[in-house]
Formats: sequence, C-alpha cells, structure tokens
Amino acid sequence: MKWHVLRPLWVAIALVGAILVARVFVVPDDFGVHGRNFTYGYHRLSNIQEWQDFPVKYQGREGCVECHDENVAMLNGSVHSKVECENCHGPGIGHPDDVESLPLNTTRELCLRCHARLDLPNTDRGELVNIVDRRHKRRQACTRCHNPHDPAEDMR
Amino acid sequence: MSCTRRAFLKDAVGGTLASALPLGAFTLLSQDEAKAAIAESTVRWAFLVDTTKCVGCGLCVKACKNENEIPYDAPVMRTWVERYVITNDGQAHIDSPMGGRDGYTSMPLREDGEEIDPDDVSKAFFVPKLCNQCDNPACVQVCPVGATYQTNDGVVLVDRDWCIGCGYCIMACPYGVRFFHPEHKVADKCNFCYHRISKGMPPACVECCSFGARRIANLKDPDDPVTKIITTERVAVLKDEYGTKPHVFYLGLDANVR
Repeated sequence: MKWHVLRPLWVAIALVGAILVARVFVVPDDFGVHGRNFTYGYHRLSNIQEWQDFPVKYQGREGCVECHDENVAMLNGSVHSKVECENCHGPGIGHPDDVESLPLNTTRELCLRCHARLDLPNTDRGELVNIVDRRHKRRQACTRCHNPHDPAEDMR
Repeated sequence: MSCTRRAFLKDAVGGTLASALPLGAFTLLSQDEAKAAIAESTVRWAFLVDTTKCVGCGLCVKACKNENEIPYDAPVMRTWVERYVITNDGQAHIDSPMGGRDGYTSMPLREDGEEIDPDDVSKAFFVPKLCNQCDNPACVQVCPVGATYQTNDGVVLVDRDWCIGCGYCIMACPYGVRFFHPEHKVADKCNFCYHRISKGMPPACVECCSFGARRIANLKDPDDPVTKIITTERVAVLKDEYGTKPHVFYLGLDANVR
C-alpha cells in the first residue's frame, strides 16, 4: 500500500526544485550584495545606472544665458537675481528644439506664492514686498505693471 | 607510552595542514577589491534645510514633481513643505495642502473653519521635508525582495523593475516620505535627484529655492561649505530617537516639529 503522505510531498519537493531552477534564469546576474552589507546593499547593481540616466528636466541658468544673455544679465542685476529662470518659464528640457514646449507662467498665483501678505513672524515673508490679494489690482496680471526680470525698474 | 621524533613531526605537520584546511574558504582580495567590498566612497550625500529662510513659496515642491515625473495633481510628493502656526494658547496648527505645491497665500484655518487672527500667532514658520537618506534606513531593512537599497554614497534608491508594491517600506519609514507611485505601481521616494547630483548638478528643489533654505552637501568633503555648516553649527535631525541616523539636517528646528 502506498503511503498517502508521500505523493503531496513529492509535489512539494518538485515545486521547490522548479522554483530553484527558475530562480537561476529569472534573477539577473548582477543581483547581489553591492553596498556595505546584506541588510542595506542587496540589490540589482545596474539599477544605480538606470537612476543616473533618468532625464534631467531643470537645466539651470547656464543653459539660458547662451541665447538670452540680455534677460539673464537684467535678472542677475535685479532683486530677483536668485529666482531661477525655470521657476516661471518652466523646465528647460526640450528647449530650444521645441520652442513651444516652455510653459511660461505669468499668472498672479505664481507671484503670490512669495508676495501674498502672510503674518508669520518667524519667516522672512514679511520682508518681501507683499500685497493683500483682494486689495491690490484684483485679478490683473502682475506683469502688466511689474517687470519680473527687474521688479525695481519703473512701472510699465 | 613512547613517541618517536618522526611520528611527532608527522602528526604535527598533518594536524597543522588539517586545521588550516578551512582557510581555503576565504578569498584573498587585492587592495582595490577590498576597498570596493567595504563600500569605500569619497561621497556621502547629506542635506541642509534652513527653516529660518523658508518663506513657503512651494516652488521646490513644484520643481520636484516636474523633475521626477510625479503626477502633478496626485496627492503624493517626494518633498513637501509644512506650515506650523503656534497660537498664543500654545496650540500648534499644522497644515500642508497638496504638500505646499501651490505655495501658502492665506492664513491657516482653525478647526472651526475660522482664519487664525495674526494677533493670536505667537510663532509661525515653514518646515520643508524630504527623504532623510538614513544611515540605518528602516525602509530598506523591511524590503522582502531587495528592491530598495542604499548606494555607497548614502542615497536610498528604489528599483522600479524589482519592486512588487507590497508597501512594507511605506509603513516602515518613520518620516512618511515613501508613497505608492500611482503610475508605476511601485514604492517611490525622494532620492536627492540622484540623476542630477551624480552629474554634479544640485537637486531640483535646491536649484529652484530662491532663498537658500535647501542645500546639498557631501559629508566626506571637508571643504564643502555646507558640510562645514553641518559639522560646525548647531543642527538638528528629525526623530533622532528612532536610531535611523537621518542625513537631512535642520537649522532652526522647533520643538513643535514632528
């Protein structure tokens, strides 16, 4: 008489065997301990390169100055000198090949991020020029009067 | 019992050889291999947040979402800015609508929906938050498949091809910086813009901060100006008691910040 326990046991052993064989093919060769120990460094080595190859979207002012040197010079000499071009003009990836791809933002909301009056005593918010949104030229674009590249210059 | 000199020498040599046999299990490494094995790197990325300089414009959150392809209108973010308003009764009112993505343009509301009166504010400030790239990352310890790991330069990365989306790491992180990426269906987190810092560029949030509230540092470079601040000035970290050894350092941190 056959022992009824044996048959499922063979199935289980065959399954484990199949998984061990499949593992050889599925797990990439570069999978292993690459960091400082097993706990923190057990991973697929090529993933580091994959993250390094992730596309850069914000190119920085150095890219803008190559063509727009006048605007950059004006900005650099203004109180807005520390505001990155791409904060308003959008990430420079794809520009200038596709000129349309730069989503210039001239909305009131963008300016209000810094210039809406907020009474928060432990921040520098009060030291920035600030307005109360509903009391200052409501719903009009700030750029109608103010030049964002040099806000201190005479009103337009 | 007697022992001849010949027998003694034979046994001594044989015994020594037999006991030396396990040494065969060791591998001899060249100097370069040994250095690689102990993960020696000339870089250890760290971050400095100056909470006294943040004005809550939220441009860092916006830049981060654009740079790292995080769905813009989904309520998930790799970095966010919290606003703390402490009223005269000592109560802390903390808010971060959409992580501060659109900036803070009005006073926070009380629980009853009333706007907080500026005269009632005893102190108020902004606290940007991001992944702490811990030295003992709890999120990495719990990953059952080896999909998240720490690189030799200290940044914790997620392997999107290998993550099974079980969410253990999201639960394990004491800082709540991990989230489930709605498009890739994997765990996601801030990695100090690893693609940028490894090219010598600053992270997107650092580049877009006009106030110098966010700065990146290489702790292994003693001449790095930000490293000098971290090593010589009074900086604090979040949730030190967890033993995770976080590497985002804060200037001007308040006791109300959690």
